[in-house]
Amino acid sequence: MSANGNSASGKPAVELVNISKRFPGVVANDNVSLALWPGEVHVLLGENGAGKSTLIALLAGLQQPDEGHIEIAGERRQITSPSAALALGIGTVFQHNMLVPSLTVAENLLLGAPWWQRPGRAGLARALATIGKDFGLDVPLDAKAGEISLGEQQQVEIVRALLHKSRVLILDEATSMMTPKGIEVLGQLMRKLAASGLAIVFITHKLDEALNFGDRISILRRGRKIAQLAPERLKTLDKTQARSEIIKAMFARQDEQSDAAAPLPRPQLAAKADLDISALSIAPEPGLPGLADISLTVRSGEIVGIAGIDGNGQKQLAEALAGQRALASGTIRLGGAPVEHLTAGARHKLGLRYLTDDRLTEATVASFPLNLNLLLKTIGEEPFWRRGIEQTREIHAHAEQQVKRYDIRTPGIHTPIGKLSGGNIQKALLARELAGDAKAMIFNKPTYGLDYQNIALSRARIRESAERGLAVLLISTDLDELLELSDRIAVMSQGRIAGIVENGPEARWAVGNLMVGEAA
Amino acid sequence: MDEAQAIHPPHDKAAARPTLEAWRSLALVTVGPILLAFLFCALALLIAGHDPLAYYLYVVERGVFSGQGLQQTLTRMAPLLLHAASLIIAFRAGIWNLGGDGQFLLGAVMAAALGPVLVTVAPDWITLIACMLLAMLVGALWSLVPALLRAYQGVNEIITTLMMTFLGTSFANVLVKLIFLDPATTVPQTRTLPVEDRLAWLPGTTISSGLFIGLAAVIIVHLVMTRTAFGLRLRIVGANPKAALHAGLSVSALTVIVFALSGGLAGLAGAVDIVGVFGNVRADWNPAYALAVVPLVFLARFNGWATIAFVFFYAVLDIGGESAARRIGVPQYFTLVLVATMFILLALAEWLDQQRRARQRS
Repeated sequence: MSANGNSASGKPAVELVNISKRFPGVVANDNVSLALWPGEVHVLLGENGAGKSTLIALLAGLQQPDEGHIEIAGERRQITSPSAALALGIGTVFQHNMLVPSLTVAENLLLGAPWWQRPGRAGLARALATIGKDFGLDVPLDAKAGEISLGEQQQVEIVRALLHKSRVLILDEATSMMTPKGIEVLGQLMRKLAASGLAIVFITHKLDEALNFGDRISILRRGRKIAQLAPERLKTLDKTQARSEIIKAMFARQDEQSDAAAPLPRPQLAAKADLDISALSIAPEPGLPGLADISLTVRSGEIVGIAGIDGNGQKQLAEALAGQRALASGTIRLGGAPVEHLTAGARHKLGLRYLTDDRLTEATVASFPLNLNLLLKTIGEEPFWRRGIEQTREIHAHAEQQVKRYDIRTPGIHTPIGKLSGGNIQKALLARELAGDAKAMIFNKPTYGLDYQNIALSRARIRESAERGLAVLLISTDLDELLELSDRIAVMSQGRIAGIVENGPEARWAVGNLMVGEAA
Repeated sequence: MDEAQAIHPPHDKAAARPTLEAWRSLALVTVGPILLAFLFCALALLIAGHDPLAYYLYVVERGVFSGQGLQQTLTRMAPLLLHAASLIIAFRAGIWNLGGDGQFLLGAVMAAALGPVLVTVAPDWITLIACMLLAMLVGALWSLVPALLRAYQGVNEIITTLMMTFLGTSFANVLVKLIFLDPATTVPQTRTLPVEDRLAWLPGTTISSGLFIGLAAVIIVHLVMTRTAFGLRLRIVGANPKAALHAGLSVSALTVIVFALSGGLAGLAGAVDIVGVFGNVRADWNPAYALAVVPLVFLARFNGWATIAFVFFYAVLDIGGESAARRIGVPQYFTLVLVATMFILLALAEWLDQQRRARQRS
């Protein structure tokens, strides 16, 4: 890892200077400065929501910074659009593929330029021959983009960036869906590209990849750059030292004063039923990991947290438990009775409840009034329907009661639920899922996107439901939240449970270690 | 189904109470565009060399104010209302059953095949009910292929129902010309159900009592869709299939049921038109009611009561337009031009109104 061309040019290829970007309710980037040097692989590390994607969007011309500016080869420039970014020599390979699946690779590579400037199939092949020789890249020009493997698709996107004579190449979570072999190949390619003088930005969640392929590591957290390991420093550390330094930076508690070592002790008022998951597997789908051999028991009154980087199978697990996704194998027991053959409706009735993270498009029918959304999962049941006929008075009385009990702020019970704020929709959903005889509760990212007050309120409800004796499975990407509430924390990675950690003073580091991939 | 969602009736009781704002928007969004449509079409008539005022007056005179015309209008409403009921179920559940004409014709042919034969051995009322049930069954069966493809393979039903309508129309012709042909006539047509055995006329008129079957169908469908658990389930499937799955509904099964009901009602429309009005099916007969009713149901925003009003309005134009075609020489198709213009202008007004509201909010 000696390729370090910054002394040659003396200037970074691209530099972000004091960049801030805000979205309603969130500061995505808070005064971030970042220099991308030619000849370097610069790794960006950070949890979900740390602000990596926003930084990439700024560099790719998809967003404009609210404050700060971007310098390209020492000159202050504005990147007004994705094509402007390409023209300025910034190529991006996005996490989700951006090729047109029905066109051939050659047609994909020729897209974008006006027709009179296109080199044509023969010109393209000539240009590719040079690139291919230099970097060992070989893309099948006449294959349909949708029919080649994920790794090949990524190579096509890298080739596209190279064809545009990029000086910066951004790889956004390029390895998240790849096999270890594919990752190794990509790593070698990145080294070669860097050696040729490109500045590479490599975004990953896996620490080993960062240490194996990176020259420089920057760590983002809640929109801020909180640490950077420069090449000189990285070289002096051995892998274990580097690991522990990075994990500390990534997962350290933000406000030390309120550091609770373990969750507050909870009284348990009643015992209901255990939720027992054993050897649960589901088949992977295009773009989604499957689940492999998940076994986990959540006892009555217990809160078990599920940690992990987003997209490692947490949502699939929740849906499989709720009955919205077919199992390949395995059993789910509620209070000892198998439920895996039951429909989602039947499981809800038995008391297995699922609070989805998708409040607006899955949990609710946005155009329907609050009063009906509160009963969405129990349509047709007495006393709200009698022999199938709507009992308006009972439905309204129930809604009024729930509005009061759960403090749902709404103009009225007839207001379409989509018009309420996220916090109030969440209150309504909590009211719906906890109603009746709930026995086990799956919370999927219950505080995601909520304001401070509603976060506190949702967490109180989660604690309460465990006190009432429910078996609680809490899926979250917020480690602080998991540490505050859970009794045990299981870490999911690539559709498996990578490990289960008892909550306690050491849990933060143990979970963090599992999340970024434990050293072999 | 984006369009349908965009103009889905807001489920809000409070909004039903008329306020100044509501009246204003009614004038702006509903009445204005309708008047404008009449104006545009008047221009078209002028260009074509006809007197628009004379045409409109003649249509209204023949469609409403002449006794004979009004009776024809009300009789014509029967199949239109049944198609409307068929479409309200489908659209509210987010399903585009555009195969109503094929379902209608096959229902009609089967009713025309069964009726004249059965009436020779069974009482009238049994014959009529049997014809209607058979037509419903046939209509439902003809919707089965699109239903299964949509429910279990996610195949777009707009294409499949239209294809089935082409097949259904041709198949109905095959049946008339080859199998159910009346040997006693020279024109290819089915046997004829005698007038005295058809659905009764309203006392003292020539209005077919099929009108009441149509009215009942629309009203029942409206109440089922708005007041029952079953209707609510269908509306959830229509408004947000993802939420329907999350709520534990069997979206596939509900989809098949919706197709069956929708196809069944379209088939019933065919039977009612045969056992109520025509008595037989001639080869190449295809009134294409279903596609004409589609915009009416949208204009009514899937509301049953409003649909009845729009269907009456259309029946007036249709009957009046038929007479005007003979008398004034304005082609019958002009009715469709008028309805289409109205629909486009109403959609435009709706869109402008939404833009205005969005601006007000921000």
